[in-house]
This record gives sequence, structure tokens and C-alpha cells, in this order.
Amino acid sequence: MFAPEIVIAAVINGLLTGAVYALVSVALTLVYGVLHIINFAHGAILTAAMFAAFFAEQAGVDPLIAVFGLAPLFFVLGYGAQRYIIGPASHGEDSNTLLVTLGLSILIENALLAAFGSDTRTIDVPYGFSTVDLGFVFLPAPRVIAFAVTCVTATLLWALLKKTDTGKAIRAVAKEKLGAALVGIDVAHVYAVTFGLGAACLAIAACVLLPSYYVQPRVGDAYVFVAFTVVVLGGMGSAPGAMIGGLFIGVVESLSGLYFGESLGQLGIFVIFILALLVRPTGLFGARA
Amino acid sequence: MAPPNGSPRGTWRMAEALLSVRGLVAGYGETEVLRGVDLEVGPGEIVAVLGSNGVGKTTLNKTLSGVIRAAAGEIYFGGQRIDHLAPPAIVAAGLIHVPEARRIFPDMSVRENLELGSYRRGKAERAANIEKVFDTFPRLRERRAQLAGTLSGGEQQMLAIGRGLMGQPRLLILDEPSLGLSPLLVEEMFALIVHLNAEGMTILLVEQNVMQSLAIATRAHVLENGRFALSGRGEDLARDPELEKTYLGM
Repeated sequence: MFAPEIVIAAVINGLLTGAVYALVSVALTLVYGVLHIINFAHGAILTAAMFAAFFAEQAGVDPLIAVFGLAPLFFVLGYGAQRYIIGPASHGEDSNTLLVTLGLSILIENALLAAFGSDTRTIDVPYGFSTVDLGFVFLPAPRVIAFAVTCVTATLLWALLKKTDTGKAIRAVAKEKLGAALVGIDVAHVYAVTFGLGAACLAIAACVLLPSYYVQPRVGDAYVFVAFTVVVLGGMGSAPGAMIGGLFIGVVESLSGLYFGESLGQLGIFVIFILALLVRPTGLFGARA
Repeated sequence: MAPPNGSPRGTWRMAEALLSVRGLVAGYGETEVLRGVDLEVGPGEIVAVLGSNGVGKTTLNKTLSGVIRAAAGEIYFGGQRIDHLAPPAIVAAGLIHVPEARRIFPDMSVRENLELGSYRRGKAERAANIEKVFDTFPRLRERRAQLAGTLSGGEQQMLAIGRGLMGQPRLLILDEPSLGLSPLLVEEMFALIVHLNAEGMTILLVEQNVMQSLAIATRAHVLENGRFALSGRGEDLARDPELEKTYLGM
């Protein structure tokens, strides 16, 4: 057995990691909830955003500053990708949409591979090895920042969805496409806005990940596997489910790392995934079947 | 097409029709559902389109509101040609379609549903119009914070109509508003349509409920196999022996 402080420290560390999982998962579940497709380009977009943040840092802009440019930029790119590529190419068939996003992910990953090679790159930020002292545990500053940024992003996203007409239109289209069209909501526009919001969330995740992580052309995949587990656990299409699921998975990973050894940290994630599918396939916050 | 003779109001001519449809052909892919429909709706009228299941009533509505693209023919609304427009532009022009099966937003509150009714049109008057809808449907005021999906069928129908009214319609299309309601609520629904019309609303009523629709309609058409098989003033059609034959397909 471990001393309670060590377990509590592991839980807090798990929450910090889980916040980034939550952010990546919210983006995935938001797009699923509205467009009813799993976006296979999700990991590739995250990777592309991490490269963008990497080169911004090389140009002298800290990722935490670059995020204010990259989030809007990725919103526009995501909007354009859905409105002018994925939407028209899928002709209203969900299966086509899946294939188009898969194609897009292959394209993005290989373009990054061709341009930058498969080297692993890291950045050095002044706060990279700073810590936050809680008295019984030192927390790495970049991950505390990541946690805080995720909380702010989630709050903004919640306010957007609950309080603005655009957010209400997104929720309307998610559940009742024809009804939405008949009150004059432009469904293709809402799809693109949703996809853009997903991409913007990934850009934010990229900017807070980079100071404590590395980037190479397939880095996004690791996060998307976890995000998929989180989305299933939280309930497909449920944003609160993805938030809580992300934090939970972070803690599970941290604790199984503590008890079974660091290299087996991911074991807990997949056990949870299988349990979720067996016991509660609709997820914690999923819609009634 | 002959002018709508004997319209009780009789005050409008073809050129002033609010909605004017000529030779409308529409369907799904290769399947033609509407095969040449001519329809006029003048300001202040209730025009009923009647017919049994599967004759093309809903297809007609969806084509008018731009959800389905017309294969041939012309649709004019307020003098503007609209058959090539997408639903947002048609809603913006004031042609509002309250669909069959209500199509409300189930996991949003009654108030949010109404707010979205003015997403494209009537946004500036949103607060005032919500109060008007609540005055028309006091039940919706009581349940304003409740999720729409938990309302009863009749309340959902009220909400769907209320959401339509939020867009300040110049023409309100009601698609089977009495479907699935208890007999008492059906009475209330037709009384409501008369009330809205008396306040100046122009209504295109698409119904299976023949006799009650004819009782309130200025003019009516019976749709059969994608064409109007019978047309006339509501009260005349109600007495027409052809009606039963046509309607029952005998």
C-alpha cells in the first residue's frame, strides 16, 4: 500500500492529465453529437495544431500566447474543411463522411511527415520545469496551466451552447435537423461551425500540451484513442459526459500507473473501456437507447 | 388556372396572391409525388389542402418551404420567386411551415424552442412575441422551463405552432395540426386556427380531417395522386357528392 499523500498526489496528477483528455474528447463528442459521425481526422488536426504551436514557439511566440491566434485560425480551417470539403464530398451519406474524414487524416499526417520528417520535437519554455507547491506534492506548472485553460475553455463552450443563438442552433440541429431547417437555421453552416469549434478546441489542447509533451506526425493518435474511450464512457454526444469522463480516465490512468507500474498506466483505460461497453454501452450521460 | 371564384372576401386578384404555385412537380429522386399542382393563397385566407395518406401533402409543404427542390414549376411568394431558395431565405421572407409530427427540439426548454422560432425572422420582437405566444397558449407559459420532449402531444403541437408564430409569418403552413390529438383537442385546434385567421393570419392548412377543415376553409383543394382532383369553396365542397368519391378513391 502507498501512503495517502502519494495516492492523493496521483489523483491530482491524473486530474491534470485528464483535463487535456477532456478537452480533446469534448471536441470529438461535440462533432459526433451534431454531425453524427466520428471524425477520423481528429488526431491529425490535433497533430497539425501541435506543429503550428511548435513553429510559433520557434518564431518566438509562447504557446500560451499563440493560442489566441491558433484557436481562431483552426476554427476557420475546420469551418472550411467541413463546409467546402467534407460536406460536399459526402453527399449527405454518413458513411461517406467517415471515409472523407479518414482520407483527410491520411492526407494531413503524410503532408506533415513529408514536410517535417518523423523526428520527435520538443520546445523549451521558461515555465517548462516550474512547479506548483501544494505542501504535500509538487505539480508541474505546464499541466496546472493546461488544467486551468481547459476549465476556461469548457466554461466558454458551455456558455456558447446555452446562452447564444448560435449555440442553441447547434443543439437544435443535433436533435432535430428538419425542425431546425424550418425555423430558418442553415444546417450546413451549423455543421461547419461545429466542426470549426472542434478544431479550435484541438488547437487550444495543442497549445497547452506542447510545453510538457513532444510533437511528431502521429502524436495525435495517442490522444484520440483515449478520447474515444472517454466519449464512449461519457455517452456519445454528451459534452458534460466527455468532461467528467476525461477527468475520470486521467485519474484511472494515473492510479493504474501507480499500482501496476508506469508502463501499464494505459491498462486501466482499456479495462474501463471494456467495462463501459459491457455494463453501460450508452455511457454515463448517454441518451436512452 | 381560373381565378378563385367566389372567395368570400373576394378582395384580391391573382396578381395580389400571397402565394402562387404553378405547375409544381416535385418528388424524391426518380419518384414523382407532385405532378403539376396549381395553388393560390390570397391574403387573409384559410386555404385547405386535403387528402389521405401518401397523396403528396407533406411533399407539397416541404417543397414550398425549400426542404425539397422543385423539379419543375414556379412558386411565387409575395411577388418573389422562391422555388430556387433554401429554407433560411424562405423563412426570412415570412413563409413559415409548422411541420407534421411537430419537430420541436426535445431536449431544449419550451422557452428555448420559442426563442429559436425567431432565429431567422422576428428577432428584434422576440421578447414581445414570446409574451403573445404565452397569451395564446397559457399552458406553454406554465411549462416554459420544462423540456419540450416531456410535454404531452397536444402541448407539443401548441409549442410547434407557437414556434412558428415567433417567426412572424406572412403565411403559416400547418401540416396535419390535428394528427394524434384527442377529439376535444382537435376541436380546440380548429378553433385556434379560426382565431389566428381572425387576427389576420393567412393560413395554408394541410389536413386529413376533411369536414372540420372544410368548415373553416375559405377555399379547399383535394389532392389525389399528386394533382388537385377537386377544388372549390369550403362550404360548397362540403356538400359536393364528388368529395366522398374522390376522397375515398371510389
